[in-house]
Amino acid sequence: MGFHLLSPSYCCGYQASPPISHGLLRFRPVTGIPKPSPKGQLHQSRRASKVLAYYGLTTPPYKLDALEPYMSQRTLELHWGKHHRDYVDSLNKQLVKSPLYGHTMEELIKVTYNNGNPLPEFNNAAQVWNHDFFWESMQSGGGKLPQGGVLQQIEKDFDSYSNFRDTFVESAMALFGSGWVWLVLRTEEKKLSVVRTSNAICPLVWGDIPIIGLDMWEHAYYLDYKDDREKYINTFMDNLVSWHAATVRMLRAEAFVNLGEPKIPVA
Amino acid sequence: MALRAIAGKKTLTLGLGFGPSGAAAAASFPGLGSGLHARGLVTFSLPDLPYDYGALEPAISGEIMQLHHQKHHQTYITNYNKALEQLEEAMTKGDSSKVVHLQSAIKFNGGGHINHSIFWQNLKPANEGGGEPPHGSLGWAIDTDFGSLEALVKTMNAEGTALQGSGWVWLALDREVKKLKVETTANQDPLVTKGANLVPLLGIDVWEHAYYLQYKNVRPDYLKNIWKVMNWKYASGVYEKEVA
Repeated sequence: MGFHLLSPSYCCGYQASPPISHGLLRFRPVTGIPKPSPKGQLHQSRRASKVLAYYGLTTPPYKLDALEPYMSQRTLELHWGKHHRDYVDSLNKQLVKSPLYGHTMEELIKVTYNNGNPLPEFNNAAQVWNHDFFWESMQSGGGKLPQGGVLQQIEKDFDSYSNFRDTFVESAMALFGSGWVWLVLRTEEKKLSVVRTSNAICPLVWGDIPIIGLDMWEHAYYLDYKDDREKYINTFMDNLVSWHAATVRMLRAEAFVNLGEPKIPVA
Repeated sequence: MALRAIAGKKTLTLGLGFGPSGAAAAASFPGLGSGLHARGLVTFSLPDLPYDYGALEPAISGEIMQLHHQKHHQTYITNYNKALEQLEEAMTKGDSSKVVHLQSAIKFNGGGHINHSIFWQNLKPANEGGGEPPHGSLGWAIDTDFGSLEALVKTMNAEGTALQGSGWVWLALDREVKKLKVETTANQDPLVTKGANLVPLLGIDVWEHAYYLQYKNVRPDYLKNIWKVMNWKYASGVYEKEVA
């Protein structure tokens, strides 16, 4: 159950080369790679049969300067190259000692969320996923209006696009501390909704389907906008948000959520 | 509880120019409260820094200090005043749901004001004594409760680095058992939210806005360097007053 634009980028324990398209699909055998250990041969051979969960850092589906002038290359370099990468590295480090294995990233998030009592791996796992989702929620030449089915659904659930936009901006402005703002498709209520979450939490943990995500941690905007959050949020809505990605995600979501009677042409 | 603090300290404000701190454990700070509404509601204003913006370099850049003080702290104060006004209105009308609804805004913005007011006092330029280790009773207490100053710094830095999201790391005095503790709070929660007996001696802001322009994502470097401008005299003063 993946909601990425491109194929799921993580598979436990494997990495293949050469990278496909944007290098999102990665497989490489981790088994049989003996880790250097002071315990010597015996430990190495025992190690060799253990399979480790291992996740990779995906690259944004555009060059790091593609979002200029709305999000600078410098920000992308740091945000993706340092923060996002750190989350991946930290997660992998945690997983060396952890029994968690065999999950897709989304499953890992739900498992480590542990129904509200998160395990230590949750923060890293969720932030890895959140940032992947975030890069794919933006595009060069983004913003403007959603099209087709997405616009229809927005107008149905928010009365108008501008109502939705205002709700989104307000929600983001009202966030205290670090967190994210999302346009989600609520699986139970079968409608679109704006939610904000704290720190690393993402709507996947409640079984909802994110359509658009905006990072409201200060590191996401501070270099470009300093403390002017309103400008950042508005710029995101006007110039960065990828309604194309949203459309693809909505299409996928409709496979899981019945948004209404299918339009079956009458013979 | 916020209302009591406002109403009770009204006359104090008029006489001494002090403002209600809104927190049980805070010492009194000059310049916290100033204007008075016609109805007697105290409004808060931005306290001046006791040093220039650039005076804490190279530990904390002047750019950060200016933004942090003039933008972030000012925003907390502005929103705090707004929330208090709305609270007064809601209380006068007896609008309970509005009163309760406003509590999170008051905790966040009021907390931001309290915390940052302490923070500015916590810091001192290196050439004015910043970074000088604590002497006297606080120094002994640190050795007793943590083993050494280095151990305390190590603990605080570790807690500050591990803090996920935004928040503060504190050196706190538990005034009931007279012991020092290291605590963290999330977002702008003041230290009292971790315990009514906790008195803040030192607080370090680990929100990204406190260090990002200079240290980028390397929070550990920020934490290492901030000790060079730490105002232990302030902490000692608060400590000695509490244990006296």
